[in-house]
Amino acid sequence: MLAALWLVFMVVPTEREMGIVQRIFYFHVSSAWAAYLGFFIVAGASARYLWTGSRAADRLAEASAEVGVLFCTLVLITGPLWARPVWGVWFTWDPRLTMTVILWGIYASYILLRSFGGDDEAVRRWAAVLGIVGVLDIPIIMISVRLLRGIHPAVIARNEGGSGLVDPWMRTGLVVSAVAVLLLAGWLIRLRADGARLAEEVALLRRRAPARGEVA
Amino acid sequence: MHAALTILRKDLGIEWRTREGLSTVFVLAVMLLVVFAVAHDVPPDEAPALAPPVLWATFVLTGLLGVQRGFLLERENDCLAGLLTAPVDPAAIYAGKLAANVVLLGAMQGVVVPLVGLFLHVDMVPALPALVLVLLLGNVGFSALATLFAAVAVRTRAREVMLPLLLLPLVVPLLIGAVVATRAILADGIAAARDGLTVLAAFDVVFVVAGWLLFTYVVRD
Repeated sequence: MLAALWLVFMVVPTEREMGIVQRIFYFHVSSAWAAYLGFFIVAGASARYLWTGSRAADRLAEASAEVGVLFCTLVLITGPLWARPVWGVWFTWDPRLTMTVILWGIYASYILLRSFGGDDEAVRRWAAVLGIVGVLDIPIIMISVRLLRGIHPAVIARNEGGSGLVDPWMRTGLVVSAVAVLLLAGWLIRLRADGARLAEEVALLRRRAPARGEVA
Repeated sequence: MHAALTILRKDLGIEWRTREGLSTVFVLAVMLLVVFAVAHDVPPDEAPALAPPVLWATFVLTGLLGVQRGFLLERENDCLAGLLTAPVDPAAIYAGKLAANVVLLGAMQGVVVPLVGLFLHVDMVPALPALVLVLLLGNVGFSALATLFAAVAVRTRAREVMLPLLLLPLVVPLLIGAVVATRAILADGIAAARDGLTVLAAFDVVFVVAGWLLFTYVVRD
């Protein structure tokens, strides 16, 4: 993470036309990847939970959804900061922006479903169903938003034009910050899943404690 | 298959006797149309451009309530529990409920679409067959997810807000596809609507299958 910060702010050359604000790009893109990582883990863990009933898979899904939404929120904050000076507006209904907002909505509602539902086996199953439906929706959202107008820069150029990352240091900067952010996301997910496990154990002990008190 | 048809017949029978759902949905749809038309306040020559978005926004918002109502009825009298104890595959319950919702929302579309044409000065008659195709695809896709998540939402604490929360972000691609396809059909005919129709068809296939497979996890106790 420190290395990434150092690279982004000290080493990578400033972009010619957009200036200093372009440096936000390294964390903007990395956060988007981290958000996707989170959402795909939600789907995988949800499927595993429905299949095996593993509580660990359920906790992993919950943790990944929260971290995914966190990074998605970061994307939606860093994006407008960058867009305002470059595009002149904070937000526009470009395909990628639209997609990010929709994904944020899907997984924010996932978190709400869990918090409204409480700690119940049925709620965990509902959340798992939503986790799977959410990821099935992603490719369809991708196709559908292409029908909207677009101005977002293509970072990973597929065919036409360059990727816009002229200086090799820019590429290094992106890779290093992506690795740093993804590691951070993975660490947060583990931390959150561990926390959920501890909370479950505490709840279990609480339920047992009065019973033991009666015996004594 | 037989069970699904029985449920469809039961739901339509209830609806036919009271007509509460239909009349609620009709009036609500008309009022939403008025709200959108008045809020936009466009000059008459620009009004037709407004028709596709207004049509589908009205459909989605009205559909939310229509579908939710079907499950609230089941819940009020504990009918869903009864259905689940019956020796019936949950997938068949899903299919029956989905079919009932498609019929209900289809009837609602039958009123909303002519009204949109009337309010926003669009001549829909020449494009009618293609339009029916888009309306049906949009209806099936919406109902597929709405049926699945209405079963979830009516059993949560915040049931009135839960269904819109869960459903709205998920149906945005459907909304985009439907609006784009409708606009293309009204302007240039069905050949121009391929992109939108592809999105709708993909959405329908994916979520009818997903709902069919996942419904059992939603209702199982």
